[in-house]
Amino acid sequence: MTDHDGTRTRNGDATGAEALVAEPNWLKDKAVRFLDSDVYFSFKRSPVTIVAFSLVMLLVLGALLGPLIAPQNPHDPAQLNLMDGFTPPFSANQFTGSFYLLGTDDQGRDIFSAILYGLRISLFVGVVSVLFAGVLGVTLGLVSGYFGGWIDTLIMRIADIQLTFPSILIAMLIFGIARGLVPVEMRNDAALYILILSIGLSEWVQFARTVRGATLVEREKEYVQAARLIGLGRIPIMVRHVLPNVMGPVLVIGTIGLALAIIAEATLSFLGVGAPPTTPSLGTLIRVGQDFLFSGEWWIILFPSLTLLVLALSVNLLGDWLRDVLNPKLR
Amino acid sequence: MIDRPLLSIRDLVVEFTTRRGVLRPVDGVGFDIARGEILGVVGESGAGKSMMGSAVVGLIDRPGRIASGAVLLDGEPIHRLSEEAMRRIRGRRIGMVFQDPLTSLNPLLRIGDQIVETIRTHLPVGEAEARRRAIAALDEVGIPAAARRIDSYPHEFSGGMRQRVVIALALAAEPDLVIADEPTTALDVSVQAQIIALLKRLCRERGAAVMLITHDMGVIAEATDRVAVMYAGRLAEIGPTPDVLTRPKHPYTVGLMRSTPSTLGAGGRLHQIPGSMPGLRAIPSGCAFHPRCPKAFARCDRERPDPIPTAAGAVACWLYDPEDPALSGAGEAEGTAT
Amino acid sequence: MLAFIIRRVGQAVAVLFTVGLVAFCIFRFMGDPVENLLGQEATQADREALIERLGLDDPIPVQYVRFVGNALQGEFGISYRLGRPVSELIAERLPATLELAMVSALFALVFGVLFGVYTGIRRDGVLANIVMSVSLVGVSLPTFLIGILLIWIFAVELGWLPSFGRGDTVAITENWDSVLLTASGLKSLILPGITLGLYQMTLIMRLVRSEMLEVLRTDYIRFARARGLRRQAIYFGHALKNTLVPVITVTGLQLGSIIAFAIITETVFQWPGVGLLFVNAIFFVDIPVMAAYLLLVGTVFVTINLIVDLLYFAIDPRLRFDAPGKGA
Repeated sequence: MTDHDGTRTRNGDATGAEALVAEPNWLKDKAVRFLDSDVYFSFKRSPVTIVAFSLVMLLVLGALLGPLIAPQNPHDPAQLNLMDGFTPPFSANQFTGSFYLLGTDDQGRDIFSAILYGLRISLFVGVVSVLFAGVLGVTLGLVSGYFGGWIDTLIMRIADIQLTFPSILIAMLIFGIARGLVPVEMRNDAALYILILSIGLSEWVQFARTVRGATLVEREKEYVQAARLIGLGRIPIMVRHVLPNVMGPVLVIGTIGLALAIIAEATLSFLGVGAPPTTPSLGTLIRVGQDFLFSGEWWIILFPSLTLLVLALSVNLLGDWLRDVLNPKLR
Repeated sequence: MIDRPLLSIRDLVVEFTTRRGVLRPVDGVGFDIARGEILGVVGESGAGKSMMGSAVVGLIDRPGRIASGAVLLDGEPIHRLSEEAMRRIRGRRIGMVFQDPLTSLNPLLRIGDQIVETIRTHLPVGEAEARRRAIAALDEVGIPAAARRIDSYPHEFSGGMRQRVVIALALAAEPDLVIADEPTTALDVSVQAQIIALLKRLCRERGAAVMLITHDMGVIAEATDRVAVMYAGRLAEIGPTPDVLTRPKHPYTVGLMRSTPSTLGAGGRLHQIPGSMPGLRAIPSGCAFHPRCPKAFARCDRERPDPIPTAAGAVACWLYDPEDPALSGAGEAEGTAT
Repeated sequence: MLAFIIRRVGQAVAVLFTVGLVAFCIFRFMGDPVENLLGQEATQADREALIERLGLDDPIPVQYVRFVGNALQGEFGISYRLGRPVSELIAERLPATLELAMVSALFALVFGVLFGVYTGIRRDGVLANIVMSVSLVGVSLPTFLIGILLIWIFAVELGWLPSFGRGDTVAITENWDSVLLTASGLKSLILPGITLGLYQMTLIMRLVRSEMLEVLRTDYIRFARARGLRRQAIYFGHALKNTLVPVITVTGLQLGSIIAFAIITETVFQWPGVGLLFVNAIFFVDIPVMAAYLLLVGTVFVTINLIVDLLYFAIDPRLRFDAPGKGA
């Protein structure tokens, strides 16, 4: 009964909203359709998701605007004042009187600024790694599912073997190999790209397996057969017909993968085999901050850790929510 | 009644409180079972038969509960007992047999261990004695080479054999009453009769009463002393099996008989009751059967009939209301030979 | 059944072969082994002598077979960075990692199953809900943050437990120095053990819980209740055993993960195990150590996977008789 009423109210809303748009143009039409969609409906009804989404947006905004809103450039030695070193958070330095919201480290570096800059690196590496993993995984999955045969066997064997090992181990190994292949003097500059490569290569399997499964199902459907009959090539068929049907699961894997990639990046950087000290990510900041835990300067490690925690947890929650909304069966 | 009945169900109401309101799969059912008696409970699926059986042994899961009414075992109320006290009754005084023998046995435990465990839970016997009894029990239900088969796992038995094991388990602690919930529905037709015969024989030998829940009129005719007909969570009619089968009173029972390829050889063509049983969310007012009833009249959709005593049973139908002389003859015309 | 085992062992060997190939490629083609071993000032004659000695001019398949042969004998070459045989380095540090991994796995299994059963039985209980919510945060928390948090609370603030190293050790055998026999050793095992096991514990707990909920709905549990069996007998004798198959799979596979994640925990707690050795090898591009670690971990993983699959037979009697894969 509730269900029935609920549907009716929502439809009623939609009619109301449509009536408001006197001359619907394309964009407004889209917006109305989005506001009436199941996705938005379930978003509105999940406070946890709203909070998680707001936090992610806040952090992304902070990362994008970092250089504009940060009080200092933490990596420009000229802007650091050694006298401001170890200023505790929320209070002025006892000698210089300078105020730093989240305190400073041993060299007088503003922790808040360092976090904003670190967030840029963490998000950049995370997002690009997942995009890389996604493009690679979706392509290999489509190829594997659509063509079958030996190429399918080969790709899936590699996927199976890779799945035997934890992805962080794969990422470390690839990082080590890539680092070995890059000339010594370029290692620091290339570090971020090596990081993206290793995290991306360690995460493509989930995409590939899902897309392959969906492709196998779609391949047999009549519209694909029909598209074939009218002479469409294999690649246009895959891109135009199969791809849109697997976008839902791919989006879910991508979001959860983003959380994993952010954690993987932080872990590698924490271990000292990720982002170099010249471009520190959140993980690098935590690695550096660990030394100050014992001498009582807890803020140097606490705030970067909290930022990482909030970021990872929020993205994870978003991913969980998206999974439940888009495909309850995908678990 | 001179003897105190073994089991007495009085005005039992089972309610499920859901977000969409309160559902009543069992709504005011009452009857007795005497010692050693085999009572059939018949009705379409969804009539509340199984739910009533579960309610008797306190196996209704949340959000369901016994909302009102009483269940008396040997005169003692058992519907408000603690979980622990109820546990001591289950298996020991009331045994149960469920529908699907393939899923009733724990696939990872040897059948012997499952029987021994049941015996030792309820009876003060040692491991060796329990095992001896388990072999005897398996032997009794007709498992060949019981002493050897006792250490087999459930998947090593066929469906019929597994149901025999289930019966052995239900009887292991020698209960006074067995509630058998569709014990043959999941079995091959060729095996069904054997299982019913086995259940009947064992219970007669031990003097155990049986509540045999089924939708199969053949099983009712074959095995039961009395039969209770349920419709939409309510008792429609109850009486000695031969009476109900040959001279059904309630229009629903009449329809049920006509729609069954009869084992009693009644001629004529097969009938169908128009419509279908209402869902729990849409129980009609008054007599729940009235929208489908060929004999419904004004009163039927206004007032709900309580079971009205007849010669050897009861029927919940206004056609048999003794205080309504205008109608007293009409119902008789249908089923009686008198 | 025998066919299944043979096929399964065959798969394991194939995976190991692939891992060996990757390790070999790293070992042989990354960087220049000769330069790494000899340094810049070596003469051409030295180089040729070394190439001759290492067999680097033999055909590649021959070199691969020799690589595998050496690896089987525990011979992985010389560490570029430390100048010592890799096998020696690993043998020195393996006990530390194994002890840590075992303690973590035990912790994860015991508490994971306990909490899982508890939250499964009391699915609406307040405490169960708290445990479940905390576990959600636990899953999202990177391992190293857990370690740092524990250090901060128990080492820095409370001063109860050491924050790094292994404490006192006792030599059990010639190469095995154990922390399990000394008080300071056991104390220093607690924080790393929890750090490493917490994630796996959460996983096992959630798995046991969902499996318990699933099993408690089955007909045979209902029938067991209808027979009046005691709660404990139903929960532990009937339900828990039926949840064990997936639990064993996951626990087994997690054992491998524990060894891999030991890398992180060892770094946080400066625990002198093979994980720390591997991290340093990556940083300094110490190729022989990387290749050896890969082979070692590969072997551990493949072996664990194999054992897990074979354990099914011990637990589920249906598999012992039916064709594999027939299942429920």
